[in-house]
Formats: sequence, structure tokens, C-alpha cells
Amino acid sequence: MTDTTPVSSRGLGRLLAAVDPAVATSFVCILGLLLVSSFYSANFLSPEYLLQQLKVASFLGIIATGMMLVILLGQIDLSVPWSVAVGGMMSCALAAHGTAGQVFAIPFGVLCGALIGAVNGVGVAYLRIPSMIVTLATNAVAQGLMVVYTGGFSPQDSASAAMRYLATGFLIRGLPNAVVVWALIGAAAVFALTRTVLGRVVYGIGNRERAAYLSGIDTRRTVMIAFAISGALGAFGGVLLAGYASKAAQSMGDAYLLPAIAAVVLGGTSILGGKGSYLGTVAGVILITLLQSILSVLQIPEFGRQIIYGAVIIAMLLLYGRGAKQRQ
Amino acid sequence: MKDWRYWVARQRGTLLAAGIFVAMFILYASRHPAGFSANVVQTAANKGVLLAFVAMAQALVVITSGIDLSVGMIFILTNCLASWIAFGSVMQTALGVAAVLLAGLACGTINGLIVIYGRLQPIVATIASGAVFFGIALALRPQPGGQVNPDLADALTGRVFGVVPASILVLLAVVLAVWVPFSRSLTGRAAYAAGSSEIAAYMSGLPIQRAKFVAYMLAGLLSAIGGLFLTFFTYTGEAAFASGNTYTLYSIAAVVLGGVSLYGGSGSAIGAIFGALAFRTIGDLLFVFDFDPLWQPLFQGMVLLLAVSLSSIGLLQVRNRLEWFG
Repeated sequence: MTDTTPVSSRGLGRLLAAVDPAVATSFVCILGLLLVSSFYSANFLSPEYLLQQLKVASFLGIIATGMMLVILLGQIDLSVPWSVAVGGMMSCALAAHGTAGQVFAIPFGVLCGALIGAVNGVGVAYLRIPSMIVTLATNAVAQGLMVVYTGGFSPQDSASAAMRYLATGFLIRGLPNAVVVWALIGAAAVFALTRTVLGRVVYGIGNRERAAYLSGIDTRRTVMIAFAISGALGAFGGVLLAGYASKAAQSMGDAYLLPAIAAVVLGGTSILGGKGSYLGTVAGVILITLLQSILSVLQIPEFGRQIIYGAVIIAMLLLYGRGAKQRQ
Repeated sequence: MKDWRYWVARQRGTLLAAGIFVAMFILYASRHPAGFSANVVQTAANKGVLLAFVAMAQALVVITSGIDLSVGMIFILTNCLASWIAFGSVMQTALGVAAVLLAGLACGTINGLIVIYGRLQPIVATIASGAVFFGIALALRPQPGGQVNPDLADALTGRVFGVVPASILVLLAVVLAVWVPFSRSLTGRAAYAAGSSEIAAYMSGLPIQRAKFVAYMLAGLLSAIGGLFLTFFTYTGEAAFASGNTYTLYSIAAVVLGGVSLYGGSGSAIGAIFGALAFRTIGDLLFVFDFDPLWQPLFQGMVLLLAVSLSSIGLLQVRNRLEWFG
């Protein structure tokens, strides 16, 4: 009895120390949001509502997973809007070409996104162009390609049955498939980040690429792979979104860039790279989705939502996303 | 070396941008059905000047090795604001224009506060502040509309003496009133120094905080001048999200083409202006060569991608591979 108490208290202390304050803040904010909104209507606490939110969150969650990987490197991926749109449009386009098209629709969409990501990766890793610039440029090129492809109109192809099933179906009763897909991708991300060489190298590069390079790691290849994965996940998010709406649209990805960055940053991942946990990103994604949903249920107009979004992100960044002070 | 050779070496990016612009414009005008007429020049100037103001704004911030991804949204916000207040009698219009410029300055000040004194990463902070600015623009103009003083608009988008586009003269005046004093002041030198090597600038006791702050402030002001011109050009205000994003993107393209280093510390706003004019002309080349306008976004994207890739040519000169990793 005498020696168990210190052990357990030390264990508790270690547990508390292991919890990132940012992650804890995010979860507290989620609970707070739910609590406040439940005064407005008890429906906010119903399992149907929460499950519906989780389903909506899974699209953002998948896109934010890729973004997190890139932010962990200390880079950023601003090509998300058109990676998402390319994923949705290309998979729908292939789905229009017979049975083979239906079968390969999803892999093809994801592959197109991975290609965009690979171009980003080459620019960042090998040409050493600032990631913000090169991803903006590939975003513009991807948009240009899609404008040429669609002729400037909304594409008419509709999503394949498999895409619709993944986005809206139920494999397990009551649990939307989209949530299952997010859970699988999330589990893979956690495993990759904590248990594989790739994941550890990603953290290493985010802390100091020079040191990682001197440790004998091919840092440039890792950066390139991370960008390709980010593009692929963005496109996969687009594939699911197209399945959800049963067709792709020109501006389907525009609404995902800021929320994806915000979710990662609110979840405590350092924007400078090298620090952050996937649990935080999950919290950030759910927080953003809930905020969006509650703002729209309260019928706050679009302009108000934009302002609140921007202000919340700046406020959260000011709380724990600040850089180091200049040495005095 | 003689003095002028130093000068040429320092202004290489700017001169190159001016050269590209002149070459592209000659190509453009020679293929244009109306030829090199005052009308063609006026239309091209009016389109180019909009981007030139936003590019100048971006250049100021990029020189300090920052980035402002909200310039396009300030541009849109001030456009919407101007469509509410920049008309009426001479006095009302003057007050309205002053208020629009102040609003731009205020947006820039907010960016400066959160980035410099809040010590936030400029990329994320300005994307977020851009969302706020766009939200305000949308509140001002849920639907496109509004008006602007037509006399002032026609005067500033027309021609002086029948040949010189008035918008180019305004651009010149802004360069003389904003850029020249800034670049020659202590603050301006500190902005270059901060972009070149922040630690060395800090050790030399230069006011780097103030320099960066002023750069963001002036970026807001210059974007507002651009937004004002958009209103003069279109006679309406419109909260167009895509247009704001496009201008932000093109401002970066113009800065890169204009020879401003993305790592900060070199280049000039004048280079960015030539970069903007060149980028606009390159985009319009497609029309005079009878391409489908559908190809324009792709073409401009490719030009941007190519321009930023070329800027990495300095990697070949690196002696120590470790310098790749900054």
C-alpha cells in the first residue's frame, strides 16, 4: 500500500504532462460548445445529430490528415482546394466510362491528387521553393487544367456507386461509412507517425532539416512523399465529397483550405513543424465542424461565419501558436 | 567597378522585369488588331495597374521576408467599401476616398499587429485575417452593386492629353509618394536588412520590428488604392471570393517575375510593378494569338510555376549542400 500511492500519482502526473494543453483546450472547447448549444436546443446532444456531425467531420478529417503531415514538416499545402476538386472531378469523369471506369474511379481520383502532391514535393524538396509559393502555383495549374477539361461549366458526370456507398452508406448499422474510412485513415496516420521510420523522420525534419540530413536521412525524398500523401488524401476527400453530393463541382474544395489548416493548428500542431499529435488534429476537426454546424443552425449569415472563423483562428493562434521572442 | 555597374547589378531583377514587359508588350501590340494605339495602351494600363498596386503591396512585405495572403481580400473589401461611400459631391467623394484608404491602412495595421507583435506565422495569420476581411466585404455587399463618382472614375481611368493613360500617372504618383520615401528612409533600409539577415539587422540596432510593421501597414494602404481603382474601373462593388484569391495569387506571381527574392532582402516595388504589367500582358497574349480564353488560367498558372522554378537556379551555385536546408 505504501509504495503504490506514489507510483500512481507519478503515473497521473506523467499522464497530465503528456496531454498537450492545446489538445486539452480543444476538447474543452468542444464540450463547451455542445453545452452552450444544448441550452438553445436539446437536439444538439442527440446521438443522431452528433453522428451526423461526425460524418460531416470525416471529410475534413481526411483532408486535414494530409495537411497535418505537411505542417509537421514545417511546410504548408495551399493546393488543397484544387486537389480536392481534381479528386472529385477526375473520379467522376472516369466513372462515366463503363464498368472498368466504375471500378477504377476512386484509385484514379486519388492518383491524380498524388500527382499534384508530387509536383509540390519536387518543388519544395528538390528545387527548394518555399512551399507556400509552389503549392499556390500548382493549385493554379490544377485549376487551369480543370477549367480546360470542363470547358468552364460544371461537370455533368456523376459519382460511381462505390463512391456514394463510401460517403453515405452504412456497413455497420448506425455508423456511417465515411466515419469508418476516417477512422481507418486516422489509425494509419497514428501508426505511421509514431511507429514507422517515415513518421519519426517527418518530426525530425520539422525540428531541423539540417540535423536530419546530417543523420544520414534522405530528407528530400521524405518531404516529397509527405507532399504526395497530402495531395492524395486531399483528392480522396474530394472523391468522398463527390460521392456525398453524387457529383463533383468547380468550387467544391474552396471551403476546405482554411478549415484544414485551422483544424491542424487548433489541435496544437506547431505551424513551425516538428510538434503535434494526431489526437489534436481530430479534436481540431471536430471543433471546426461543430462550430460550422452551430453557426449555420443559429442562422448566422455567411459573412458572419467568415468573420468568426478568421477571428477564432487568430485568437487560438495568439493563445498558443506564437513564435519565439527575439533574443534580447 | 564604376558606379553605374553597381547600380545595374543591384537592379538586375527590376531591369529584367522591365525588359520582359517591354518585349511582351511589343509582341502583344504588334498582334493586336488595333495596333499600338492610345486605346490599346489605355485598356492594358487600366487592367495592369490594378494588379500593379496589389503587387507593390505584396513586394513591400516580401522584402521583409514576410508574406501577406490577405492583399486580395483587402482589395475586395476596399472595393466594396468604396462602392458605398466614394460618390456624391466633391467633398463627399474626397472624404469617401480618404475613408477607403484609411480602411486599407487599418487592415494593414491589423495584419502588422498580429504578425509582428502577436508573433504569428504570416501565412496562417494573413489567411485568417483575409477571411475576416472577406466576411466584412460580404456584409457590405451581399449582392454586387453600389456606385462611384463617375467624373472621378472617368478622369482616373481615362487619358491625359489624349495619349497618356491617367492610371499610369496615378501609379507613378503613388510610387513617388509611397515607395520612394519608404525605400530611402531608415525604416525602408531596415526592411531590406530584416529580410536579408534578421539577426545581423538586429545586432546592428536597426528598428526591424517597426520596419516590418510599416511594411504590412503600407501593404494594406496600397491594396486599398488598388481596390479604389477596381471601383473606378467597374463602377460597382462586388464581394467576389475567387477574385480576391486570384489577386493574391497573381500578386505573388508579379513579385516573382519582378525579381523580388521570396526569401526577402532584395528586389524593389518597381520591379513588382513591371512584373505585374508583364504578367498581365503574358495573360493577354493568348487573346491576340486567338487561343480559346478557357486556356488562360492554365497558361497563367504555368507561367507562375515556371517563374518560381527558375528562381531556384541559385541552388546550382551553392558550394555547401547544407545550405539547401536553410
